[in-house]
Amino acid sequence: MKKLIWPVMALFALYACSNKNKETKLPIYGQRQPITKIVDGKQVTDTVYATIPPFSFVDQNRETITDKNLDGKIYVADFFFTSCPSICPTMQRNMLTVFKAYEGKNNFKLVSFTIDPRHDTIPVLKTYAEKLGAKANQWYFLLGKKEEVYQLAEKNYLVSVSQDNRAPGGYVHQGWLVLVDKKGRVRGAYDGTDKKQVQQLITDVQVLMDEANAKA
Amino acid sequence: MKRFWVGSIPFTFVLSTLIFSCQSEAEIEYQRYFIQGRNIYQTQCKNCHSENGEGLGELYPPLKEADYLRKNKTQLACTIHNGQQGLIVVNGKFYNQKMPSQTQLSPIEIAEVITYVTNSFGNKQGIYQVEKVNVDLGNCKE
Ligand code: HEC
Repeated sequence: MKKLIWPVMALFALYACSNKNKETKLPIYGQRQPITKIVDGKQVTDTVYATIPPFSFVDQNRETITDKNLDGKIYVADFFFTSCPSICPTMQRNMLTVFKAYEGKNNFKLVSFTIDPRHDTIPVLKTYAEKLGAKANQWYFLLGKKEEVYQLAEKNYLVSVSQDNRAPGGYVHQGWLVLVDKKGRVRGAYDGTDKKQVQQLITDVQVLMDEANAKA
Repeated sequence: MKRFWVGSIPFTFVLSTLIFSCQSEAEIEYQRYFIQGRNIYQTQCKNCHSENGEGLGELYPPLKEADYLRKNKTQLACTIHNGQQGLIVVNGKFYNQKMPSQTQLSPIEIAEVITYVTNSFGNKQGIYQVEKVNVDLGNCKE
């Protein structure tokens, strides 16, 4: 059932897009809770959105990267492994396109979590990142405990991953590129193997940047 | 409906004989290899070597206008069947990653995908028949 989350959301998004009103606002995904507070003696109900919880991993340069590094940044996350023979090369090729579109923008990051921590050691990730053409301070390749990465993927980024020895390369995973806003809220997921959706992602990053500017 | 299909059989037959007789035997064989090869490329190779054969950064070497294909004609079958590892030079650039073996491909499929690759992306080497692939596979280093 969980595997259906993003396809269903994508349908939703498609429908929303077809409504052609010029409202360029992106939905906010994940569970939300109403919170009732007392402000100035009056009862107000506010909505609290799900955010990416705290984490601490290491990147290709042995730097510790936590959720704090991404606080106040717009970023795109995906889950991959360097020896993946199936969809990852295509996903990473498309991540590279996104990277190039916003290269040098310091409020924009990319994060690629490896789902194969045993093989993808820091030197392996470093070589991979350099050969791909990714700049270290803008695109993190993160290594963490397998259980933590998988939890984060499934529970928070809503991307299904698992180990399966029958699958090519030993892992099954979905190719979503997940867009997260400055407050750590998931704002969209795009099929990382589909050029059109990747173009939409590039557009939507700009929408989030404008949204942040409008409020500032 | 059924009458229509039955009735159209002779027509299709005449039409296809017309088309095919205008092409030489060799051309037809080449076309068959190329089209099958394209299907194989789309499902088995495109992820790494990309839709237009450009590869990806320094990770996956290009097939586009690749001198490697001309210089290693009789090695390509082994590269595909056994995979490949170690330093290679393609169009003056170094590559040193691992290409996984494609043991799921039969000799004829290898011949077809070689024909496709060496006649696409700016390459023009002509058909590479299954007979040659069988010989090449017998000479693989591994
Ligand atoms: C998982 C990624 C991957 C897949 C899938 C893949 N290759 Fe490769 N390929 C590579 C890598 C990496 C190299 C370079 C190996 C080295 O460094 O020695 C390579 C090298 C080659 C080369 C020689 C170098 C060149 O660019 O001319 C050829 C030819 C080739 N591959 C063809 C194919 C064909 C045909 C298929 C599909 C049947 C295929 N590859 C599938 C990754 C891949």
